[in-house]
Amino acid sequence: MESSIWTVLAFYILAATIVGSALLVVCLRNIVHSVLWLAVCFIAMAGLFLTLDADFLAAVQVMVYAGAVCIMVVFGIMLIQRGNMGQTNLFNSQTKVSAAVVALVITLCGALSARTQWATAGAPVPEKTVENIAQLLLSKYVIPFEVAALLLLVALVGAIFLAREVKE
Amino acid sequence: MQPLSIGLVHYTVLSAILFGIGLFGVLAKKNAVSVLICIELMLNAVNINLIAFSKFVTPGDFIGQIFAIFVITVAAAEVGVGLAIIIAIYRNKLTVNLDEFDWLKW
Repeated sequence: MESSIWTVLAFYILAATIVGSALLVVCLRNIVHSVLWLAVCFIAMAGLFLTLDADFLAAVQVMVYAGAVCIMVVFGIMLIQRGNMGQTNLFNSQTKVSAAVVALVITLCGALSARTQWATAGAPVPEKTVENIAQLLLSKYVIPFEVAALLLLVALVGAIFLAREVKE
Repeated sequence: MQPLSIGLVHYTVLSAILFGIGLFGVLAKKNAVSVLICIELMLNAVNINLIAFSKFVTPGDFIGQIFAIFVITVAAAEVGVGLAIIIAIYRNKLTVNLDEFDWLKW
């Protein structure tokens, strides 16, 4: 339980930013504006990670998501969109059904997590997050770490192969 | 629970709301790139859950944070490959409207 007034204030401001910008990502009609609000959402989420004592992950979030992923998506949009950008991000015909499904999912997940008695430990997170993560990644989780590296290589080669210009 | 304290429940509820917004985008958008973006939102909701559990349930173990790193890695790879697939499809069909992707219909 964090009960410092600044932590509470930071959580509510960041949560409002995250939810508001995620709603704008879904609801805006111009997809470039959607991606800009997506960057805002990712940066607010990095702040939320800071309130959770995960400073290394906050830095990774800003670099990988707000930097790399958003830039890559903007490049993809620039390569494939033609004509009027104001109508590029429309809803399809199953909006009402999916809104009902989503309302059900949010209500169920929220109610279940509010009713569950979580076995919280109550101890603080150690100060040295980077050192601890590095120890685990290079000892106990070294095989998944290497597999992740291999996955990135395969994804890179596959993306180049798929997006390559076809010469005939 | 005191009214002015942030616990695990706050983070899980926020994560559920964010996951729901992403799911709505995946189900109800026409543009393929938009669906990719909304999948990113859902993966971020999962990351909030993982890091919140890592802080409140197992503070000294850092397993949730390591899993969040793997989720970020897989999400980055997924965006790269997904955009490449969308670009390749656009080159064939000259559209990214998901309603018109109907090769697998019979």
